[in-house]
Amino acid sequence: MNEMTRTQAERAEVLQGMGCKRKRTEDIRFTQGRGNYVDDVKLPGMLFGDFVRSSHAHARIKSIDASKALALPGVKAVLTAADLKPLNLHYMPTLAGDVAAVLADEKVLFQNQEIAFVVAEDRYIAADAIELVDVEYEALPVVVDPFQAMAPDAPLLREDLKEKRVGPHGERKHYNHIFNWQVGDKPATDAVFANAEVVTKDLFTYHRTHPSPLETCQCVASMDKVKGELTIWGTFQAPHVVRTVVSLLSGIAEHKIHVIAPDIGGGFGNKVGVYPGYVCSVVASIVLGVPVKWVEDRMENLSTTSFARDYHMTTELAATKDGKILAMRIHVLADHGAFDACADPSKWPAGFMNICTGSYDIPVAHLEVDGVYTNKAPGGVAYRCSFRVTEAVYAIERAIEVLAHRLGMDSADLRMKNFIKPEQFPYHSALGWEYDSGNYHFAMQKAMDAVDYSALRSEQKEKQEAFRRGETRQLMGVGVAFFTEIVGAGPSRNCDILGVGMFDSAEIRIHPTGSIVARMGTKSQGQGHETTYAQIIATELGIPADDITIEEGNTDTAPYGLGTYGSRSTPVAGAATAVAARKIRAKAQMIAAHLLEVSEYDVEWDIDRFRVKGLPEKFKTMKEIAWAAYNNLPPGMEPGLEAVNYYDPPNMTYPFGAYVCVMDIDVDTGVAKTRRFYALDDCGTRINPMIIEGQVHGGLTEAFAVSMGQEISYDAQGNVMGASFMDFFLPTAVETPKWETDFTVTPSPHHPIGAKGVGESPHVGGVPCFSNAVNDAFAFLDAGHIQMPHDAWRLWSVADRLGLHA
Amino acid sequence: MSKVHVKMTINGRAVEALVEPRTLLIHFLREQVGLTGAHIGCDTSHCGACTVDLNAISVKSCTFFAVQANGAEITTIEGMASPDGALHPLQEGFRQMHGLQCGYCTPGMIMRAHRLLKENPNPTEDEIRSGISGNLCRCTGYQNIVKSIQYAAATINGAPYQEAAE
Repeated sequence: MNEMTRTQAERAEVLQGMGCKRKRTEDIRFTQGRGNYVDDVKLPGMLFGDFVRSSHAHARIKSIDASKALALPGVKAVLTAADLKPLNLHYMPTLAGDVAAVLADEKVLFQNQEIAFVVAEDRYIAADAIELVDVEYEALPVVVDPFQAMAPDAPLLREDLKEKRVGPHGERKHYNHIFNWQVGDKPATDAVFANAEVVTKDLFTYHRTHPSPLETCQCVASMDKVKGELTIWGTFQAPHVVRTVVSLLSGIAEHKIHVIAPDIGGGFGNKVGVYPGYVCSVVASIVLGVPVKWVEDRMENLSTTSFARDYHMTTELAATKDGKILAMRIHVLADHGAFDACADPSKWPAGFMNICTGSYDIPVAHLEVDGVYTNKAPGGVAYRCSFRVTEAVYAIERAIEVLAHRLGMDSADLRMKNFIKPEQFPYHSALGWEYDSGNYHFAMQKAMDAVDYSALRSEQKEKQEAFRRGETRQLMGVGVAFFTEIVGAGPSRNCDILGVGMFDSAEIRIHPTGSIVARMGTKSQGQGHETTYAQIIATELGIPADDITIEEGNTDTAPYGLGTYGSRSTPVAGAATAVAARKIRAKAQMIAAHLLEVSEYDVEWDIDRFRVKGLPEKFKTMKEIAWAAYNNLPPGMEPGLEAVNYYDPPNMTYPFGAYVCVMDIDVDTGVAKTRRFYALDDCGTRINPMIIEGQVHGGLTEAFAVSMGQEISYDAQGNVMGASFMDFFLPTAVETPKWETDFTVTPSPHHPIGAKGVGESPHVGGVPCFSNAVNDAFAFLDAGHIQMPHDAWRLWSVADRLGLHA
Repeated sequence: MSKVHVKMTINGRAVEALVEPRTLLIHFLREQVGLTGAHIGCDTSHCGACTVDLNAISVKSCTFFAVQANGAEITTIEGMASPDGALHPLQEGFRQMHGLQCGYCTPGMIMRAHRLLKENPNPTEDEIRSGISGNLCRCTGYQNIVKSIQYAAATINGAPYQEAAE
């Protein structure tokens, strides 16, 4: 290939850099069944762990008899809280400042809670043995409804916290209370509400659900007693944090712990936390001196590790008669289950719920959140969402619809009237955020034009009249949602996990022949990092993406990072990647100048090379510079060509989007059919449009699932309902709507490449869009707010309540 | 527990082994034969991550005993590429059309699509969606999986597939 004659466009195309639809490098192994997931790890002498779980939601454990299990051939050990207590491991710290039981200590607080850990030669024997462990219970009264948790006579759930009047986030009002968190100016907000022309107030319940990746949580722990080193393979979205936590819990020095997150079969927030299965596997491996594997089954996954949502949001808007929003007030009752195990940055007990003023210029607001304990599984993770942003966006986007209906205004017009204007960015919200960039009016208009919004409203009006005349039994709903996310946590001044600042990292090393290995502190679970990080480097350093290997997930080799969740990989580690690459390029410039025998100020960057200004035929390619970095350097310069960057972001990023859903609901069956779903996303600079569109499809599908049927519910005794795929709604290809995607590009001004992150946007925006479509279909009948999930039975019930079956 | 002798052909190779009667085919394949391509996602035959091709039908190997497979002809994802390493049109289709993200459902999805295309070489979109409805994917929303299968059908039928991944 002639380096002289290729055009710039040809040279750029070879790189497969940012902006191109590069095919994924991961797919070569995944399509051939050659991925390496945790359950594929097989070590000599490996044993299997399995849990004895509580059949009760709240009970005192009177006795545990493991003698029959221990007598079963092939059973090696049965661990209970009594075994962990001397090690002080029967409780573990949670990310939210609480503790969670590893194995139930004297009483159980939710159904399927871990009571004993059986270790056996294979998983079949382990399954047999858990049936042989006899647990005697004394049942206690159960608290399922969070609204009953703080009743004066409510049963005491957390006996271990009985005397604690102050928790990690301040005073506790009741023995089942966890925290009260307030943001905003309450007196000013109350004053506006007292005098407002129009006030809306609704309870929006965001029901309990679960991330449910197709691969459950699992690990293999292997203690090498001779070397005193512990290796853990696990489904970890944040492997470095796991290493730190294991070191703090076990007392094993951090450099003697090797955490490996191999290929991960989806995460969606489920794999951020530390679970009893991990702790017990580690303890068992230390005790027995052989590797121990633990693999959750699906029922365990749905009923124990990390639910999401369960937010009960009383939401108020104050506005003028002509639709100018003056104030917002929200009270949230947050059901955290038995332990406060929310996966939020430490100082944020309700995550970033204070993004709830949404995309609107609301002058004053007040948010108050009360967290309570109930007899349900712990969790509260950010399911495809940045720390309660999904809940916040649901509240504001439902409230906008309710207000529009009250005012007799079109909700799209109401949004347009209240949007933050382009010239207001960077915008300081009433609840304390600085929005980096946006052009909401343009995005909304583009969406409305794309779907011919006014024609949809005309059609809907005709259908409503036909319905009233009895000519059709279908209701047409037009759902609109406009969301602003807050992702890329986050600046270490206000974001940390267990005291570690939420920076992230990249280390790039160029070999003498010009190929690259780069490692990041994040961990892909399907997002395609091996493909997209290479594209960033390709563009920044002029080395073809195909010559770049990306590695993540091995704490021995990768620089420390906080992991992948909350759409933080691109905003934080993606920034670190660009900055590290630029450090290398700065050194490469000096080497190029040396080779070309000119001053470094006389050379300039040109796609894949430095050239002498004004003399484009005089250049050195990055491949040539890489070779020189190992043998022909300017005098005194350190050899090699590599850099590392730990990126502490100056601000979050604020992706946004405009979604429209058209739905037809049969009032006699309750079946809702999505006729059309249009999603416009603005995630700033687009690194790989193919991967972005794939993320949007997937996020919308999960939004469809959550809004239209997916739920973890409990009966009055605290029995978890629907903890298998028989009952828990995961849409198949048949139910899943077809997605239309679109975009605008408003780069983040503070991010090195202007990218904002996209993986969670479609879920955050999709849920209110579907729910708004359902609510919009019934709104002309003055149905009031209809709670999710909108499955056929519930929609039929709404129609029945409205007398439509008479 | 006493063991049973089984013989079967897996990806063209004769395999014989002693298995417990209760050993599930998925565990036999993954842990005894060492073929870890098929995965376990639900244990209840809902998700299809464990799908393999057995005597020319799609079988969810998590609810099928290894002893039931005695004498059977089995193809798993590991048997799809050519011996020379060339990807099967379905594997190529999934890559070209971005039909996978985390990759966990992919082996089962491809094996199901393989049988679907044998039964119906030219399926409509609705037939594809219905044909893979026993296989769950949490990442892609299926839209690009449908295209991946259309790509493979076109390739197998000798007509290049034009449409790009979205």
